[in-house]
Amino acid sequence: MSDTRTPSSAGGPPPVVIEPLSVLRADGTVVDPEFVESIPAEDIARLYEAMLAQRVYDDRMIKMQRQGRLGFYLACTGEEACAYGPAYALEDRDWMFPAYREPGVALWRGFPLQTWVDNLVGNCDDPVKGRQMPVHWTARAQNVVSISSPVGTQIPQCAGVAYGMKLRGDGGVSICFFGEGTSSEGDFHVGLNFAGVWKAPAIFFCRNNGYAISTPYEKTTATPHIALRAHGYGIRGQVVDGNDLFAVIKAVREAADWGRLGHGATLIEAKTYRVAAHSTSDDPKAYRSREEEDEWKSKDPLARLRPWLEARKLWDEDAEQAATKVASDAILAALAEAEKKPHPGIDTLFDDVFAERTPLIQAQADALQAHLASGEAAYKPTGSH
Amino acid sequence: MPAMNIIQAVNDALDLAMAADPNVVVLGEDVGKFGGVFRATVGLQEKYGEDRVIDTPLAEAGIIGTAIGMGLYGLRPVAEIQFSDFIFPAYDQIVNELAKYRYRSGGEYPCPMVIRTPFGGGIRGGHYHSQSPEATFAHHAGLVCVAPSNPYDAKGLLLAALESEDPVMVFEPKRIYRGPAHGTNWNSHPKGNVPEGHYTVPIGKAEIARPLSGKGIPVTLITYGAMVETCREAAQKAAEEGIDVELIDLRSLVPYDLPAIVESVTRTGRAVVANEAPQTCGFAGEIVALIMEHCFDWLEAPPLRVTGYDTPFPYTLEYAYLPDTGRLLTALRKVARYA
Repeated sequence: MSDTRTPSSAGGPPPVVIEPLSVLRADGTVVDPEFVESIPAEDIARLYEAMLAQRVYDDRMIKMQRQGRLGFYLACTGEEACAYGPAYALEDRDWMFPAYREPGVALWRGFPLQTWVDNLVGNCDDPVKGRQMPVHWTARAQNVVSISSPVGTQIPQCAGVAYGMKLRGDGGVSICFFGEGTSSEGDFHVGLNFAGVWKAPAIFFCRNNGYAISTPYEKTTATPHIALRAHGYGIRGQVVDGNDLFAVIKAVREAADWGRLGHGATLIEAKTYRVAAHSTSDDPKAYRSREEEDEWKSKDPLARLRPWLEARKLWDEDAEQAATKVASDAILAALAEAEKKPHPGIDTLFDDVFAERTPLIQAQADALQAHLASGEAAYKPTGSH
Repeated sequence: MPAMNIIQAVNDALDLAMAADPNVVVLGEDVGKFGGVFRATVGLQEKYGEDRVIDTPLAEAGIIGTAIGMGLYGLRPVAEIQFSDFIFPAYDQIVNELAKYRYRSGGEYPCPMVIRTPFGGGIRGGHYHSQSPEATFAHHAGLVCVAPSNPYDAKGLLLAALESEDPVMVFEPKRIYRGPAHGTNWNSHPKGNVPEGHYTVPIGKAEIARPLSGKGIPVTLITYGAMVETCREAAQKAAEEGIDVELIDLRSLVPYDLPAIVESVTRTGRAVVANEAPQTCGFAGEIVALIMEHCFDWLEAPPLRVTGYDTPFPYTLEYAYLPDTGRLLTALRKVARYA
C-alpha cells in the first residue's frame, strides 16, 4: 500500500494503510528515528508524566467507586497513548469529540483536574451541574465537546463540525474517538460517508481495544481491520500501533495535515488493548484469559516509553516515584475538595433545557419550590456528599 | 402584499435568512439542484451555492447528526427531512443528542438549528408519507415544536425559528402546502397575503383563527397544522346549527400557549380538540388534560378529542381515517348540547 505522507495523485482513491504505523516498537527499537527527532524529547517526558498521572487517577477512581464514593467510572488504563497522543498532535483550535475513555484530551489542554473531579462527583462546581453520570464531562474552553452515552452519535457530529470548518476555511480539523464496537453502529457509517462526500477535515479515531464490553472483536466484524472500511468511504485509512505514543502522534499529525490540505477525512484504527475492565460494572474475568491480558501488558504504552526516556536521562525511578506521588496527592486532594461541595442548587434542574425557561418549566420549578416549602419532600432538599 | 402558498412562504423565509446570515446552511435529500421534492428550496442553491445548499446522501441520521455538528460549531443549519415518516432513523440524534445538548453540557454547548419536515395525510401517501409524529418529539424535553397552518405563519415561524437559540422542529402541513383545501389556492385566503421582507411570528403564541360571532352556543375548537382548515369548515357548518365556534390555531406545541387556551375555554365552557395523529398519547390529549386542570370549574361539558384512529395510516381509506367535518360536527354538537 502507498505512503500516506503525501497526498494521493489527483483522482486516485486516498490511501488505506493496514501495516500498523510504528515508531517505537515494544522491544525498544526505533523504527522511525527521523520522526522521533522531530519531537522535543522534553515534550515526550511531559506526555509520559501526564499518562502516568492518568493511570494513577484511574486506579484511584476505581477504588473510590469500590468504596461507594463515586457512582461509576470508566478507566483508560492501557489506552493512554490514544488520548494524550492525539491531544498533543492537534492544535488547540481543533475540536475533539471524546467517547468516554479520553479525559486526557481535555486534561492535556488545561481542563482543571478539580473541575474533572467535580464532574465525577456531580457537585455544584460540575460544569454539567450534576446532570450526567460520572465520565460525561464537557470542556468548552478546551474545544472538547459534551459526551453522551449512546455510542457513535459523535461521529456524524464530528463530520458536521469539520464541514463547518471547511465552509469557513478556518483551517481547523475535528476529531472524534470511539471503540471498535461502536464501528457497528449506523452513525459510524453515516458519519464517514458524509465526511467522505464532503472531503471534510475530520479524523475518525477508532480505539480498537479488542472488546465491546464483553464482546470480542471477531464477533463485531468480519473485516480484519476497521481501517479497511475507509476505502469504502473514499477516505484515508491508517492502522497504527495504539500503544506507541510516537506512532499515534504521527498518525494524527498526518491525518490533520491531510485534512488541512483539503484532502478530507481519515479513519485511524489504533490497535490497543483495554487493560481495564469496561467499567466499574464489569468483570473481564468472565470473558477473557489471564494469558491474553499478560501478553498485552508487555506492550503497555507507558512501559514502552520509559526505557526510551531513561536512555536520554529524562526519567528514572526517582522521577517515577515523585510523579506518582504528585498525581496521587493531587487526585486525593481534588476528590476531598469535591466531596465537600454541596449538590448543585435544586433550581438548576430547570435551567438549560432551553435558552430561557418556558412557562411550563417555570411553573414546574415554582411547584418544586412549593413542594420543598411544604416539608412533604421525601428527600433532603440540599444534600451534600 | 404578494399572495404566496406555504411552499413559497418557506422558500422566501429561507432566501431572506440565507441572504442575511452566511452561517445559514440548508441541507437534506434533493434540496439543492432539484429544490426539494415539494420545491420548498427551489432556486436557493443557484443563489447561495452548493456549499450552503447541500444535497446530502440519503441518510436521515447523517443529515441530523452532521447538522448538529454544524450547529454546535456556530452555523445555522436548516435540515429538511423529506417526509416526517422518514425521520425515525434520526430519532436518536434528535432525542438523545439535539434535545439534550444544552442541558447535558451545562449550557456550554447549545445547538440552535432548525428541522423542517412535512407531516400529515391527505396526499394519498399511505403509511409512510402521511403520519403525524409531532407528539413523540414534543414529549422529549428540549425541542421547540411548531406547526404552521398557513403561508403567513409558515414564513414568520420559520424566521423566528432561525433566530431562536434553541433547536426548533417545524412540522409543515403538506396537505395544504398549495391551497387551504383540495383544488383551491391561498390567493383569496387572508393568510395567503404574505408581507415581503423580514417579520416573525412569535413562538409560543396561539392565534384565534376564527372568533366567536356571539350567535349560538359557544364552543372552543383547538387544533394546529392542516386540521385548522378542516376545523374552519366544520365551524362554518356548525354556525348554521346554532353552534358558535371559536377556533384556536395553536401554532406552537412546545411551548404551548396555555393562557390563550384557558382564556377561551373559561369563556366558552366547552372544548373540542382535534389532531390528525392517533388518539393515544396524541397532542390533543395533552391539551384536554390542561383544560381539565385549569378550566374544570368553568366547564359545561366534558372536553372531547377528535383524532385519527389508533391504526397505521391507511392508503385507500385515508378519507375515512382523517378527521372530517362530519366527525368534528358530531363532537361539537355533543359538547354544545351536553346535558
